[in-house]
Amino acid sequence: MELMNNNLWRVKVGLAEMLKGGVIMDVTNAEQAKIAEDAGACAVMALERVPSDIRKEGGVARMAAPRIIREIMDTVSIPVMAKVRIGHFAEAQVLEALEVDYIDESEVLTPADEEHHVWKHGYKVPFVCGARNLGEALRRIAEGAAMVRTKGEAGSGNIVEAVRHMRTIVSQIKRLTLLGEEELVHESKELGSPFELVAWVAKHGKLPVPNFSAGGIATPADAALVMQLGAEAVFVGSGIFKSSDPAVRARAIVKATTHYKDPKVVLEASEELGDAMKGLDIRQMDEKDLLQTRGW
Amino acid sequence: MRMKYDGLKIGIVAIQGDYEAHAKVLERLGVEHKFVRTPPNLSGLAGVILPGGESTTQLKVMTEEGLFDALKKFAAADGAFFGTCAGTILLAKEVHGPSQASLGLLDASVLRNGYGRQVASDVHMGQTKLRAQPLEMVFIRAPIIQSVGSAVEILAEDAGHPVLVREGKILAATFHPELSDDTTVHEYFVRIAKNGAGVANAAKL
Repeated sequence: MELMNNNLWRVKVGLAEMLKGGVIMDVTNAEQAKIAEDAGACAVMALERVPSDIRKEGGVARMAAPRIIREIMDTVSIPVMAKVRIGHFAEAQVLEALEVDYIDESEVLTPADEEHHVWKHGYKVPFVCGARNLGEALRRIAEGAAMVRTKGEAGSGNIVEAVRHMRTIVSQIKRLTLLGEEELVHESKELGSPFELVAWVAKHGKLPVPNFSAGGIATPADAALVMQLGAEAVFVGSGIFKSSDPAVRARAIVKATTHYKDPKVVLEASEELGDAMKGLDIRQMDEKDLLQTRGW
Repeated sequence: MRMKYDGLKIGIVAIQGDYEAHAKVLERLGVEHKFVRTPPNLSGLAGVILPGGESTTQLKVMTEEGLFDALKKFAAADGAFFGTCAGTILLAKEVHGPSQASLGLLDASVLRNGYGRQVASDVHMGQTKLRAQPLEMVFIRAPIIQSVGSAVEILAEDAGHPVLVREGKILAATFHPELSDDTTVHEYFVRIAKNGAGVANAAKL
């Protein structure tokens, strides 16, 4: 935990704290970024193609072009995040030089390294990483991720995997709080995560960094669902700009995220929406088409 | 539990941002609090905290749902305010970089993201008028207070800019006291909310 006992770590986690209760939206250009900001996004994620297009078009998905990211940074006043390929520390260095506000080391892009994630403690810019379970979340935090999000299944428009991942993480955390100290060493072996982090979670009953949700959120009710399951903010990828009414839908998802405990407001937000993005049934998909299995 | 602040209730605007962190500080102080998301939530409160977060997001949601006007009325009815970072932007009369609407309760001009982007975020130790020992100040994509009116008391400065200021019942910090273990600034605000307006000198509180 010594790595985390410093001011740089605190301001990294601090920015994640500031994003709580908000919606972070995927955008591919400055025009979309403006729509997202006007709709009340608390941050935008700059990427080359939204996940559903990456899925459709195939090929290698990389960090977005710096020119586009810079245009987005010049257009909006909210924080700008951008994605790098798993393990691609040179893309991360480029984004740090560009001074983006957060880097998402993301399974949505084609991994650059199948064994190693980026050593994130070495950067001034904070990182967010995806996780399917507590062990994966703690490994990323050990490497320096200052925010964790569920992986879900990006570009699917299907909430089922984000729900599975959030429920898994929350229930694994609850379980840890019930264990005796001697059991935590074994648990750390089972989770494949450093003992110090396992012991910290057991003591505090939460992750040492904010826990957000991503991967398949397409409607206001989807946002309210993951928030009630324990997410502290939501990422919406293809769900907004692949719907028939991006500005209205973006606004509706922001509203539902703020008032996630109030079904009347979520109802209001859900009315007068056009068509949501067309979704995919995860059970009909081939294992090789899943994005969530990238990274470990 | 503690009797010191019996009957005093503080609201925390919980539209977006680190409102939970403020709640934890108030819990440590034994001050009753509630989250404010809609205008009716303001009833019975002595003061309101505007937390850190994204001011554009907070402003957007507040305005559309009537909370913006309700907060103005709350101020007119002598309610106390404490803004941190984004909250300070919402309180200031003038907002730049880019400009946006605000409650205009604090006679000050602020520049959003005044220090730059996230890479410029940092933790400093600084002197305040609240006590002799220095105070930890966590700055995250912080605004800069460029100028203040004559009725505004500067309680702390950092790198040549005011970072903690007070005008009557309005208290504003460009840093995040809620992210430090130190409860000094929150205690100061609770006393402002409790004692009422017109206490110009910090030492009296």
